[in-house]
Amino acid sequence: MQERGSGVQGGELRDELARLALFADLEGAQLEAVAHIFEEAWYPAGTRVVRQGFAGSGFYVILDGEVNVVVDGQPRARLVRGDFFGEAAILLGESPIADIVADGPLRVLHLAGQDLRSFLLAYPRVTYRVLVDQTRRLRNANQWRR
Amino acid sequence: MAEVGGPGERPFPPGDYPLVVVGSGPGAIQVSYCLKRLGVDHAVLSRDPAPGGMFRRFPFFQRLLSWTKPYAPVRRGERAFERYDWNSLLARGGDDTPIADDQAVMVDLMDGTSEFPSRPEMEAGIAEFARRTGVVVRFGCTWESTTREEGPDGVRFILHTSDGTYRARVLVFAVGVAQAWQPDTPGMDLVAHYVDTRPAADYAGKRLFIIGKQNSGFELANGLLSYAQRIILASPRPARTSVETNSLVGIRARYVQPVEDHIMASGVYILNAAIERVEAVERGFVVHTRGSTDGSPLPVEADAVIAATGFTAPLLDLPALGVATFGQSRLPAMTDFWESATVPGIYFAGTIMQGAKGPLKYGIPSNSGAVHGARYNARILARHIAEQHFDGGPARPPVPPDGVAAYLAREAFEAPELWNQKGYLARVLTLDDAAPGGRRRRAAGGVWRDDGILPLAHFADAGGPDAAAITVEGDQAGVIRPALYIRRRGVVTERLLDPHPLHAFASAEYRAAIVTALAGLGGAS
Repeated sequence: MQERGSGVQGGELRDELARLALFADLEGAQLEAVAHIFEEAWYPAGTRVVRQGFAGSGFYVILDGEVNVVVDGQPRARLVRGDFFGEAAILLGESPIADIVADGPLRVLHLAGQDLRSFLLAYPRVTYRVLVDQTRRLRNANQWRR
Repeated sequence: MAEVGGPGERPFPPGDYPLVVVGSGPGAIQVSYCLKRLGVDHAVLSRDPAPGGMFRRFPFFQRLLSWTKPYAPVRRGERAFERYDWNSLLARGGDDTPIADDQAVMVDLMDGTSEFPSRPEMEAGIAEFARRTGVVVRFGCTWESTTREEGPDGVRFILHTSDGTYRARVLVFAVGVAQAWQPDTPGMDLVAHYVDTRPAADYAGKRLFIIGKQNSGFELANGLLSYAQRIILASPRPARTSVETNSLVGIRARYVQPVEDHIMASGVYILNAAIERVEAVERGFVVHTRGSTDGSPLPVEADAVIAATGFTAPLLDLPALGVATFGQSRLPAMTDFWESATVPGIYFAGTIMQGAKGPLKYGIPSNSGAVHGARYNARILARHIAEQHFDGGPARPPVPPDGVAAYLAREAFEAPELWNQKGYLARVLTLDDAAPGGRRRRAAGGVWRDDGILPLAHFADAGGPDAAAITVEGDQAGVIRPALYIRRRGVVTERLLDPHPLHAFASAEYRAAIVTALAGLGGAS
């Protein structure tokens, strides 16, 4: 059918979201809604899910698998299940400064970049979690530089 | 082709084949045609009695969403006409061969009352294409299960069917994404799915509740506006129209009338709510909903409930064979060339190809879930299979260096592959240093090779010699522009060209921009 999702998901994904730290503060109906806002995607090993310098990238949450953060061909960090990526380029209105490369089979949730702002405004508890995580990444980056 | 015996005999009896295609919808017919054209011997099996796939039954209200325009700026049957004809299957190889009667078949079959074909017209178009191009199918042959065996020459798959056993090293499944799917919400088993919707008159004067707010839900709402006394559409995600998303994501313009009725408060209600359970009562049903934003409960009485909750791909036992799937539609996890990412040798054609997401730039997905996208994928898939498994495939002709920019600009202007699969497929030209004198001739512009139309994600990530790819992209604001991707020493960079109000991308201005972008890359001009 020429249809992109039904707008209705099974409880399976909702339950999966409930186990991720990013969505841990949400309640039933909110989790249900979030499960419908994101689209699921699957990538084989080696796929660049986000490409350095390419416009129009999205926001991703890892459901299964791991990714490498690669800048100019150099691995810089590793993200695992429950982590998210892509938000910095979207929030700053710039192209990504890193490749995000699937290290093995990867299952993610995807949100179009243009929908991130409204999502974060609608779900402040998720936004708070994003902020905490970003702060942690900033602190780690500063420690790494010292 | 290993097909028929004498008159009246069914083609493709059980046995060993190099490749087997399963299905007889547009995806299967298209990929069979493309394989045949490349000389890849194969069998085609289908449980149905005739071609058409899902179009033998759907859409429910018998009118498609995709256009075939009888009058277009280019001549019917020309390659560029495909941009205006989303429904005909593709004859020829995507080049500028003379126009023949196997191209733009749908135009002949439509009665002229609408640019959107009726379901019977679409079904007839698929059958007519198969007839005109000689695509042969063994109908009434149901694929029942799948196993594999290790042999001296590698893995072979075994298809167990109602007619017997087929063996092949390569399988292509084009079985559609049209199997009804309903969530595990309590009481959902009490209600009809979209596929079981009754004749419209049965809903006259009824209070109808439709679960789901995508096109199938709005198709039903639109078709039943003049019958049902009240229609409620509900799901957690707010409904968005294609006009709002500037893409085919969202409710298509054809089905927007219920949205206007909702705004005007004339008996249609569109709710953003989770469905907690459905309860059968004496006069019908109570649907228990909970608002997505405020969490408030709202029970709604209805005489009839329809679950427009989506569709899955009927993959039978392929997951047990190791084919990984994902998402509500249980699409197979795929490579950029639509091969199972977990079971090599198993490929997918038709609308299942939407599982290979591509770059998803600006959040806009491919059109692989529709005929006008999947038909181009099928041509690429056939070529990929021919090259990977059968030492075949079409030639990759040279392009003179002084013609590279003009060729790329022309493609951005009129190539239907790039317009119908925006940001997903690209025309790829590669500097062929391996050609006779290739590297030596770099100073004189190099030797350019036309690698044809390829998935953009493959070009971006696969590596290889210096090359250029052009596609057409639309962004979230609806701006359409050519996008050039350039690979130098293994690194691919993006260069977005300016938009044009009339999309006139073949002009000297665009050619000059391409020359500038390719500077130092073989000397294209």
